[in-house]
Amino acid sequence: MKVLLRNPRRELEIDGPRRVHALLAQLNLNRESHLVIRNGTLVASDDLLDADDTVEIRPVISGGA
Amino acid sequence: MKCRVCREPAIIDVPRHNANFCGPHFLDMCRRQVIKAIDDYDMMTTDDRILVAVSGGKDSLAVWDMLIDLGYQADGLYVGLGIGEYSDISGQYAQAFADERGLTLLTVSLRDEYGYDVPTATQATRRVPCSACGMSKRHIFDKAAIDGNYTVLVTGHNLDDEAAVLYGNTLRWELEYLARQLPVLPARNGFPKKVKPLVRLSEREMAAWCVVRGIDYLVEECPIAAGNKHLGFKEALNKIEADSPGTKTAFYLNFVEKVAPLFASFALGDDVTLQPCTRCGSPTTAEVCAFCNLVEKSAAHEPVPVELITGRGRRR
Repeated sequence: MKVLLRNPRRELEIDGPRRVHALLAQLNLNRESHLVIRNGTLVASDDLLDADDTVEIRPVISGGA
Repeated sequence: MKCRVCREPAIIDVPRHNANFCGPHFLDMCRRQVIKAIDDYDMMTTDDRILVAVSGGKDSLAVWDMLIDLGYQADGLYVGLGIGEYSDISGQYAQAFADERGLTLLTVSLRDEYGYDVPTATQATRRVPCSACGMSKRHIFDKAAIDGNYTVLVTGHNLDDEAAVLYGNTLRWELEYLARQLPVLPARNGFPKKVKPLVRLSEREMAAWCVVRGIDYLVEECPIAAGNKHLGFKEALNKIEADSPGTKTAFYLNFVEKVAPLFASFALGDDVTLQPCTRCGSPTTAEVCAFCNLVEKSAAHEPVPVELITGRGRRR
């Protein structure tokens, strides 16, 4: 599957199918700090992502005081 | 995963509530949390004239969206900080949000109205960038609320923001700051009433609100906030939260309920004499307020490109 990451913006190719929580774990990303979006829709952590999916992993943490 | 409410497929898991939700029921959960915060802390009523501090990011657009959705009268205020392309794009998101909904967005440009921008202020005052930025925004939001006869100033601070600031203040036992870290600061001495309706909702939930509601916002991080200490505190708390869901909620909300009252006597309060700044008229303990001092130094400094702050030339 194609995975879009942000900050900095980049794309990865990851083998599928795999579950959302497994994808985050593989990339060492905290589920509290990220959303996974497929075709403009959120996907829950147990959902299965297919090999031909394109997904965005969106960081949700912003800085400033 | 099934929605806890309707058993339809869930789109998000919320571990701190041990629950999963479909889109509509996730939005309902968020609305309930905002209504509870507004009611519990007596934040505002539908009779108030509300000004929302809007950055073009997820939190400020989400809180503005929620307040309108809940029937409040709320205008927005965007401050152009002059942080290069980041500010240009964030302003476009804020304006597009307002235009699409027929809402009123006031705008203030630091460069046009005060003769400086945040990168220049950072260099001129040798402050940490977020300090120069925060001071500028606080002054302009306060002034706009007072001058515009708004009765409440709303900011988009969420649970993660408040927990991170609380964590930092606790590590250093900053008692004066701890005493003031509440969801509501009442109007006093020329300052407007300030409220934070999102304190019961996490940063992830606010981003999810925007995705579900179709709100376009600036996802990219502020280029000069990268690496600041609050981001480090958020990361540390999220590591704990991942292993122990609900920790951030308990840390902040129990502080507000059980601990903050114990620190009340440390707050800078009525015993501090405030007088009008001789330049801008804003309340201050000195003859000239900190904002006017910042303006004086920054406006006299040659403009500093943002790349100098974010790159090798960064001075802290």
